Amino acid sequence: MQRVLLLIAALVLGGSALAVQPDEVMKNPVLEHRAREISAGLRCMVCQNQSIDDSDAQLARDLRILVRERLAAGDTDQQVRDFLVQRYGEFVLLKPAFRAHTLLLWLAPFLVLILGALGAVIHLRRRPKANAALDEEERQALEALLKRD
Amino acid sequence: MLVEAGHFALALALGLSLIQFVVPLWGARANDPVLMSVAPTTALAVLACVGFAFLTLTYAYISSDFSVLNVVENSHSAKPLIYKISGVWGNHEGSMLLWVLILCLFGGVVALAKNTVPMRLQANTLAVQAAITVAFLLFILMTSNPFRRLVPAAAEGQDLNPLLQDPGLAIHPPLLYVGYVGFSISFAFACAALIDGRIDAVWARIVRPWTLAAWCFLTLGIAMGSYWAYYELGWGGWWFWDPVENASLMPWLAGTALVHSTVVMEKRDALKVWTILLAILTFSLSLLGTFLVRSGVLTSVHSFAVDPERGTFILGILVIFIGGSLALFAWRAPLLQQGGLFAPISREGALVVNNLFLASACATVFIGTLYPLALEVLTGDKISVGAPFFNATFLPLIVPLLLLLPLGQTLAWKRGNLLGTVQRLYAVFGASILVVLAVLAFTYGGPVLAPFGIGLGVYLVLGSFNEIVTRSWTRGKPLSVAWIKARGLPRSTWGTVFAHAGVGLVVLGISATAWDVESLGTMKPGDRIGAGPYQLRLERIVPRQEANYREDAALFRVDRNGRELGTVESMKRLYVTRGMPTTEAGILTFGLSQVYVSLGEMQPNGSVGVRLYYKPLVLLIWLGAVVMAFGGALSLTDRRLRIAAPARNRAAPPIAPVPAE
Repeated sequence: MQRVLLLIAALVLGGSALAVQPDEVMKNPVLEHRAREISAGLRCMVCQNQSIDDSDAQLARDLRILVRERLAAGDTDQQVRDFLVQRYGEFVLLKPAFRAHTLLLWLAPFLVLILGALGAVIHLRRRPKANAALDEEERQALEALLKRD
Repeated sequence: MLVEAGHFALALALGLSLIQFVVPLWGARANDPVLMSVAPTTALAVLACVGFAFLTLTYAYISSDFSVLNVVENSHSAKPLIYKISGVWGNHEGSMLLWVLILCLFGGVVALAKNTVPMRLQANTLAVQAAITVAFLLFILMTSNPFRRLVPAAAEGQDLNPLLQDPGLAIHPPLLYVGYVGFSISFAFACAALIDGRIDAVWARIVRPWTLAAWCFLTLGIAMGSYWAYYELGWGGWWFWDPVENASLMPWLAGTALVHSTVVMEKRDALKVWTILLAILTFSLSLLGTFLVRSGVLTSVHSFAVDPERGTFILGILVIFIGGSLALFAWRAPLLQQGGLFAPISREGALVVNNLFLASACATVFIGTLYPLALEVLTGDKISVGAPFFNATFLPLIVPLLLLLPLGQTLAWKRGNLLGTVQRLYAVFGASILVVLAVLAFTYGGPVLAPFGIGLGVYLVLGSFNEIVTRSWTRGKPLSVAWIKARGLPRSTWGTVFAHAGVGLVVLGISATAWDVESLGTMKPGDRIGAGPYQLRLERIVPRQEANYREDAALFRVDRNGRELGTVESMKRLYVTRGMPTTEAGILTFGLSQVYVSLGEMQPNGSVGVRLYYKPLVLLIWLGAVVMAFGGALSLTDRRLRIAAPARNRAAPPIAPVPAE
């Protein structure tokens, strides 16, 4: 229910401001570039699958400003992310951290590939060889066919 | 009255589908041609009924019949005609009706293909198709009836979601659905083969055109949706790894694998069991996509249906069809004979690798989309899986596949020669490396990875056309001979070449996004803003009043090096009925590149926030997809796939004996 309320609030209050607004942009282009990179990896929690860099919502704007404040204060990229995770939980990261409960998520693509490759190799190896000689029964059948002429 | 007739026709269609489901299945079992021949007749009757129902709903929309609840909720009398029509499928109930209509349309076409599909196969296939129709008709009639009346009738409608009032969205869902639902035919054919316990190259030859056609439509549908998101959502992105997008990407990946594995099956009679499984999985993913989008289980940018009751119903359909077909597969697949041996290094081997990578990529999207849901249900932990995750996992799986693609296309069937294949691609390798070096040199100090992406794109395009060159051109012979030879190559070869070159174009377009330039500014009339080689001057802001919205339109003059190139208009709209604002980006196209400008908030002092992009080569992303679909379509016109064509073949008798049906 809380999420629904937040969503409604975002739709009503969010209005149609642009994603990153001119007044948010930092003077230092290096820091601004880092801010954009970080923002693209953070979820706007009241939106539907948007990063705070893309979102028009007020909350996204607040978070963008927060990210820039932390960067201006001298935080590293990781410190900024950690700060936001501490505040809003892991939900804020669009790229989940590599931890026990996301192990399967991160490894699954490559597990599928490796297991699939293994399966294919085993399956193809098990099949009879292409030039296998005829067995007795087949040979007799062949002879019978040839004799018929 | 007409609306009630439509409702009745839908109920009638349900009854007829039940007959189409039970009787032919029994007929195939009892080997009774009379019972089997019920299938095509009923399929056409069901199509007529559902078609009629769809027309009545469309009529209710066109005539703005506000006594129908669905029309009230999604239409408005002042809406332009095209959006009145597209409004029919711009909502949950109507889009499900479109879904079933397309399902029945495919059934109808199979029913008419009497002379090409063996009777038992046709009967079983149409029976499976009917089972799907029954399930979805029940779903519509029980939970999502678009024909419900509103008493008393409303005076005016609530309008269609303004984001959906767009020509792109008028054609996106039908294209997408033809793709999605088209895979139902491959699925039905696969189940029919399992029921019959019989499958051969004839089966593959019959199924391949359907799969290919569905794949072409899905490709176009996805590209259309992506372009729509690009110009309508106003922030210039074209793919968001949104669950709804993933829902269409998964069947596309599986379908792409299926298109390739049916080739192996048709030509070499191998990979039968896998092809059958893939056909089942592809449509299962289509069903899953329908479930994800329609149930609202994942809220995302374009979900417009949120209703748990419906969700449960579709989940039931999902479990029955996926579970049922997989059970059928486990039970009957061991009966299928394996054929067609091949060496690991061969075209078949390459296509196995293709399938492996595509299936893994599909699994990645599947897991990334559903993992957060599963985790939340199981542990209560909430995590997000967004674009950065997919970029980090999907790309490493796709890039090797793309690198191998021209090699696979060049390898010979049955037993290939890797060294010879590589030698035939020397020129392509050389040219691609030169391109990478040139781009690196010209853009020194810019993005590092993107030049390699450009090289990969060039490699794919050249590698595809290399097949034409090596097959038609001989050293010392005049070009005119090569041209005649090239024209004589089968259409399916040309189709492959175009489809693969299309992939290369998409890669080029995606790589070029690294050189996008973005500018932000707050502007007053007379102010300038620049991005890349282009400068824009805000000329004026004009308020306008249209029938169903009002807007502020900003007119920009576009210059390049002081020379005027034209004007572009970007709008900020407010749809009055829903009180919903939208941004209409102003887009100016130069060759394959675009200048993209979207408006932000209007300030009280008369200035406006402006976001400007210069996007070099961006059009290649969608153009590439269109070229891919064109390749597929070209392949469809191949003599081999044109049904019953061998009989009309004016050339010598077929080289390979055609298996008896």
